[in-house]
Amino acid sequence: MELQTYLLLSAVTFIIGVVGVLARRNAIIVFMSIELMLNSVNLTLVAFSAYLGDVTGQMLVFFVMTVAAAEAAIGLAIIIALFRNKQTVNLDDINILKW
Amino acid sequence: MDLYAVVFYAFAFITLAAGAIVVFSRNIVHAAFALLFAFFGVAGLYVLLMADFLAITQLLIYVGGILVLVLFGVMLTSNTIDVQMKTSTIQTFPAVLIVAALAGTLIGIFWSTDWKTTTDPPIQATAPKIGEMMLTSYLLPFEIASVVLLVALVGAAMIARREKKA
Repeated sequence: MELQTYLLLSAVTFIIGVVGVLARRNAIIVFMSIELMLNSVNLTLVAFSAYLGDVTGQMLVFFVMTVAAAEAAIGLAIIIALFRNKQTVNLDDINILKW
Repeated sequence: MDLYAVVFYAFAFITLAAGAIVVFSRNIVHAAFALLFAFFGVAGLYVLLMADFLAITQLLIYVGGILVLVLFGVMLTSNTIDVQMKTSTIQTFPAVLIVAALAGTLIGIFWSTDWKTTTDPPIQATAPKIGEMMLTSYLLPFEIASVVLLVALVGAAMIARREKKA
């Protein structure tokens, strides 16, 4: 199995995540797509780490996971606060900063 | 095709199929559970890449932590039935354009670059090495990450709490 195969797989996963962020209008689906994109980047890091014989890539993944956990906590708190105020998680209806 | 390739393609298929369900499913609960399989597939690929400690961490943090958090989000914002795809062509066209450009760039670069790889045997027992790095050359980022987590948790509690009526 070559490095390119892993890179292609993570590129495709990342692109699926981008489609989710751009095309879906449910805040939680967008949120899950971002998690998918973070995962694909982690996969790239681990693949490079394995094929270069260097554990630094795996350690970077831990920092990405930390940020992902922080993002999950804050993001869901924001979504719940929004839902409480506007009774919707549709991103098209959340437009109070638009003029 | 050897066993390694079979296992790789199985996990790759799980990851991609689950990812597609996350993005395209109309039912948000199905999407949340598909995310579980996507995380699981990535964890399997970590095992194939000899990142044993990372695979376990992936299962613990993503499947055990973040996914449960997402499910709480899904349940608390209810209205789970009528999740709709945005189908207006105004937004679909630029989206397709951006995704196509991104896909071309990423896959083109990944495919055409002559990546340098090592022929050394894979690293055994990664956990001690990672721990050593975290407490020596990457100590400052490690400490900053812990502060970030603390601030994020306090901030999340602050944002999500119900405000008292004065």
